[in-house]
Amino acid sequence: MGVKLLLEKANVPGIRTYDVYRREGGYVAAEKALKEMSIESIVEEVKKSGLRGRGGAGFPAGMKWSFIAKPEGVPRHLVCNADESEPGTFKDRYLMEFLPHLLLEGLLISSFALGSNDTYIYIRGEYAWVADILEEAIIEATKNGWLGKNILGTGFDCMVHVHRGAGAYICGEETALIESLEGKRGNPRIKPPFPAIQGLWMRPTVVNNVETLAAIVPIIKMGGEEYAKIGVGRSTGTKLISACGNINKPGVYEIDMTISVEDFIYSDEYCGGIANGKKLKACIPGGSSVPILPANLLLKTAKGETRYMNYESLSDGGFATGSMMGSGGFIVLDEDQCIVKNTLTLARFYRHESCGQCSPCREGTGWMEKILQKIELGKGETSDIDLLWDIQRKIEGNTICPLGDAAAWPVAAAIRHFRDEFEWHIQNRELSQTSNFGLQHYADPIHVPA
Amino acid sequence: MSLQFNNEQMTEFNRLVAHYPEGKQKSALLPVLHLAQDNFGGWLPTEAMDYVASLLKIEPIEVYEVATFYSMYNLKPVGKFVFEVCKTGPCMVSGSDNIIAYIQKQLDIQPGETTKDGMFTLKLVECLGACGYAPMMQVGKIYREHLTKEKVDAIIAEYRMQVVAQN
Repeated sequence: MGVKLLLEKANVPGIRTYDVYRREGGYVAAEKALKEMSIESIVEEVKKSGLRGRGGAGFPAGMKWSFIAKPEGVPRHLVCNADESEPGTFKDRYLMEFLPHLLLEGLLISSFALGSNDTYIYIRGEYAWVADILEEAIIEATKNGWLGKNILGTGFDCMVHVHRGAGAYICGEETALIESLEGKRGNPRIKPPFPAIQGLWMRPTVVNNVETLAAIVPIIKMGGEEYAKIGVGRSTGTKLISACGNINKPGVYEIDMTISVEDFIYSDEYCGGIANGKKLKACIPGGSSVPILPANLLLKTAKGETRYMNYESLSDGGFATGSMMGSGGFIVLDEDQCIVKNTLTLARFYRHESCGQCSPCREGTGWMEKILQKIELGKGETSDIDLLWDIQRKIEGNTICPLGDAAAWPVAAAIRHFRDEFEWHIQNRELSQTSNFGLQHYADPIHVPA
Repeated sequence: MSLQFNNEQMTEFNRLVAHYPEGKQKSALLPVLHLAQDNFGGWLPTEAMDYVASLLKIEPIEVYEVATFYSMYNLKPVGKFVFEVCKTGPCMVSGSDNIIAYIQKQLDIQPGETTKDGMFTLKLVECLGACGYAPMMQVGKIYREHLTKEKVDAIIAEYRMQVVAQN
């Protein structure tokens, strides 16, 4: 059930190799784009498709492409953001590991549309073996005439270069990525100017996520309008969700964004329900930076309507009662998980990954981690909860890049929805060291389908 | 002892630099530091960083500031095998804490330390992008996933065997 635009061929033996990929219909879209379409019409198809950035921000890809400046005689660059480091997210890895040629085909079409003769894949350093897979695929594609000089006799030159990072979540932010690509520390730049005007080496640059660029292939194949018919509202096409945590079937799933969250968690076609017969307690639906939701607000919105796995529905209620699609890193927590410990673990992550440029983030992340550690170890005070709230409020919106917000939101959401769990830790210092808060605070029973 | 790339490594160095436009060879810094670290014993002494600076025609400080920023670069000696275990949220939810404690017990070291025989280093790292296959760790280029106490024992034995076989 559900159309598969990206992962359709993922299980074909040998699909990683050029020969099998080509046999299964690969590079047909690239041929169509380079030989039959104009640059303007390619950008138009992407706009019509309604494709939104699949890295986490969800910015319309066609619009981003149309921003690229085209000054005479200045090279332009497309950069593929393969820095995937958002906790809970491992879908780009899956795409690159099993369908490297799909990504390359998307890169080729996109490079043509943007006028990028030297395209870079910035891949996180830890994905070392995936970088090898991509290098091999590039060699194969070049040998078969899809990359290099005068591709298909069109006069268009394009080389794809693999560039490995070295361990920095912040380099997933596009300007920090560009700084890192220039051989420097990953310190984000102030925007404006935007990369489309001044990016890599101050040249016009577009940075797109792996999944976004892979989606260009089905969009060109079927046309933007057809792509936009799949899904709902402004959530067009399909989305890759990497599901993990306390579920029976963790893994990467490609979904039509009209399915409900309840379906996604409990259906055997996807997560297969909560593992070990436990009950659902909470979920972070889009990577650790988006607000955590308790089960009763996850499956239904605050108005009591069914919640669906798409951008609009997951954001329903704003941060007061909703969350975000984010990167699609779907993290499920069962009744045995401690929300305070989970928040502490995430706070430690953000403190470690803060680049240190902005005082609110650099100081605030460390401070929040220390306070959460106090509470988790049974040394917290009641005033600590309000102090945490105050700190996160002062970080949010006061930084050069969104990492500050990303650090603030999980703490805010945890306090907003699970305040009693924090209070229980503070009031029951010894008990909280050995026992679990469980599902105590739900006034309404959590709906578990029959 | 002077740290330098041999011919094979210089070829790789040149291949890396060739990815970038003329005059932008500083962009190769991160990949070149990986090359240096992999071939100079798994870590980057100051001497190695100065050498890389001279190759890329940049100041040493430009290398130091990068080597200290990115978490994959080791600035102190490490063991033959570095166990980089993920400790971030989704792995924690899947029981990584128990695995970390077990590894500490089996190898008798704290995070950041190396075993006395120089074989294993335990390094705790952030999300490695394997959340659905947790708990897990990275050793060299590969991910060892779905860890259990039994698997950990088997992996330690496997690496010990590897060293014995080499000698």
